[in-house]
Amino acid sequence: MSQPSTIPMTDPIHRPVHLCAKALDKAYQKGEHKIPVLRGVDVKIERAEFLSIVGQSGSGKSTLMHLLGLLDDPDVGEVWLDGNRIDNLPATTRDKLRNHVFGFVFQFYHLLPELTLLENVLTPLMIRYPAWEYWKRRSEFREMAKEITKQVGLDHRLKHKPSELSGGEMQRAAIARALIGDPSVLLADEPTGNLDSQSGGEIMNLLHKLNEEAKLTIIMVTHDDNIAQQAQRIVRLSEGRIQALNEAA
Amino acid sequence: MYKFLLANRYLRTRYIALASIISVTLGVATMIVVNSVMSGFSSQMKDRIHAILSDVMIETTSTDGTDDPRELMAKVEQLAGEYIEAMTPTVEIYGMISFDWAGQTVYRPITLIGIDPQGKNQVSPFASHMLSRNEIIEDGEVVRAPLRSMDEPLDWELTEEAKNVRKEWVEWEQFKEQYDHQYGETSSPQTPIAQDSGIQQAVAIESTDFPVLNDPFQTVSGTEQSETETNPAVPPAMPEFNDPFANQKPVKKHDPTAPLFGRVYLGAGLVSFPYKDKATGKTHVMYMVKPGQDVNLTTIKSGKPEPANFKATVTDIFKSGMSEYDSNLVYCNLEQLQLARGMLFSPDPAEPEKNLDWKNGAVTSLQIKLKNYNDAGEVVRQLRSGLEPGTYQVRTWEEKQGPLLEAVAMESAILNVLLFLIITVAGFGILAIFYMIVVEKTRDIGILKALGASSRGVMVIFISYGLALGVVGSSVGVILGLLFVRYINEIEKLLSLMTGRKVFDEAIYYFREIPTVVHPTTVIWVALGSIIIAVLASVMPARRAASLHPVQALRYE
Repeated sequence: MSQPSTIPMTDPIHRPVHLCAKALDKAYQKGEHKIPVLRGVDVKIERAEFLSIVGQSGSGKSTLMHLLGLLDDPDVGEVWLDGNRIDNLPATTRDKLRNHVFGFVFQFYHLLPELTLLENVLTPLMIRYPAWEYWKRRSEFREMAKEITKQVGLDHRLKHKPSELSGGEMQRAAIARALIGDPSVLLADEPTGNLDSQSGGEIMNLLHKLNEEAKLTIIMVTHDDNIAQQAQRIVRLSEGRIQALNEAA
Repeated sequence: MYKFLLANRYLRTRYIALASIISVTLGVATMIVVNSVMSGFSSQMKDRIHAILSDVMIETTSTDGTDDPRELMAKVEQLAGEYIEAMTPTVEIYGMISFDWAGQTVYRPITLIGIDPQGKNQVSPFASHMLSRNEIIEDGEVVRAPLRSMDEPLDWELTEEAKNVRKEWVEWEQFKEQYDHQYGETSSPQTPIAQDSGIQQAVAIESTDFPVLNDPFQTVSGTEQSETETNPAVPPAMPEFNDPFANQKPVKKHDPTAPLFGRVYLGAGLVSFPYKDKATGKTHVMYMVKPGQDVNLTTIKSGKPEPANFKATVTDIFKSGMSEYDSNLVYCNLEQLQLARGMLFSPDPAEPEKNLDWKNGAVTSLQIKLKNYNDAGEVVRQLRSGLEPGTYQVRTWEEKQGPLLEAVAMESAILNVLLFLIITVAGFGILAIFYMIVVEKTRDIGILKALGASSRGVMVIFISYGLALGVVGSSVGVILGLLFVRYINEIEKLLSLMTGRKVFDEAIYYFREIPTVVHPTTVIWVALGSIIIAVLASVMPARRAASLHPVQALRYE
């Protein structure tokens, strides 16, 4: 589901970049002061690229990821997806895009504590389909979820609640959840930030595998240079500006 | 789907919210119990009123009544005959009853109603309230089985028990008389001689047109007459009342214990009181007058402001359960009352008691039973327009008891409003707890939005959560309430046992058990109302949840 039907292609001849940000400005209001977070950020991401955004805390890397994933609106600037501007779409359309196009992975996993692992993984599909349609196709979806959890190595933990899983397992469950909706872009915010090095390594391997085998575009935010080095390309942010764009080693 | 799944999970994992719904549950249960008991009382009361009052009553404005009841009945038949199942004439007049009790004479103001018992029983189910047809229960134990079957036609016959009472009573009265005669003034203030002289005078003045039934003791006083000729229980021999054939008639030898021509049903409240037996601690009901004894009745004559006195034998005592009626009404045979008031024109002076027919006298009201009470409005309208205005008053029993019924309805309405306010207060509890839950779930809301859930979807989660809580709370409340109503008497007994005092005293309320009527519509409305309150209480927190910004929600710790 790389191309939602609501967004027509406008430029069929010239192949556009997959996702791009143009001159993004974002400031947060804190009391009376406006604190600028992003100042004119331009970034282009090609299809099936593995990009990491690095920077110190407060450099605006998470904000950039949120703007790219339509979780937040830029003050100035535009976000384009496959040649279509998407940041100014109505809220419900953006909700749909988040569900169809983007998959999110967070530092603190952000699984819903009331649901089992399987139900957590199925949540994007429950959101996507109306209740009756979901109910009709529930066994099909269940199979999909089992397949994906198998890929991330969690098929023996389906009935467990998040509180019964280890950090690495929770992060793999979060990745499975991000993948089930068949997104074209995976946005990962410090996916290894809360894990020991072994679990972190497993997660990175998984991301690499997805990027190479499933041709998934991955944008990873991290403050850890060692992790960032594993991406194809690194964008370094400092005080809201892009400092350097360089190919990973 | 995620909305219902999450609402369901929140319902099952957030026990604090279930605590908030307990107030709704209790409110619903209380409302169901209170409504059931109140409508139970109210319908019992209506039944009792209806046992005394017929569907529709036509009453003459004057207490003298209408001279030709047959004409009136024919007219009513003509006006609204198609709706009428039965009707019976009555004479209704205020009066006074007096009887001896513990050496004193007791006087009570009454409403005296002359009836034809079977006719009366046809228009209102009256027989079932007679003491002789019911078992007597004291402190939950049956102390006397019914003396008569419920199905026996209502008449003026005495039961065997009443006959025995009468026998003993007559003997006692005769003994008293002899004692009084031997030893002069008695301890009883009511000496037959003093009483007789007054009545005899009144009778002597007014007894020219028609026979007046009189007290046997009035004619038989002293010991001039032998024991066999003493006739204390039968109306006097007619010669005293200008019977032309009196001298030719042989003097009948009457059974002294035979009942009088005048018969009455007394309201239980007039002649009874509860008392506590100090030895056993149990409450009994003391009857000052028992069926079989005679009582004195006083009312006014028709057409003149003069008293009319007569004696009558008590046939039965009735207990409708409405103290207003039980302590006020005395039913008398219609002919006797017509006779005493000078409203009856006897065709045969020779044997007046045998040929008396109320149709030859005047009546003051007609009691009507309808085939279908829903037609009452139409019948009343037709009768009002058809009968001479000013002469007759036409009313349904509800109109006659309007203020009482309205008061009950008002009481019930106020109680419902108050109880519903309690549920509303519980609604604010839900609101507060929902706000807490929304705050607690802020990050989850952020996650859902990141995964593509719309604001509306998030709102639906919390509103369905509120709906689920409301449904659970009010269902449990309905079940609790209905169970309480079902076992209310057992609960009452348990409470009585635990506290050692009667919670529901049947002697006070006239009920053996707490009456309850469950109206399904009321239950549905109460349940729906509380569900709506729970949903409304969840709207504001749900809107707050929906308006949360995903990034801020995700950052929320």
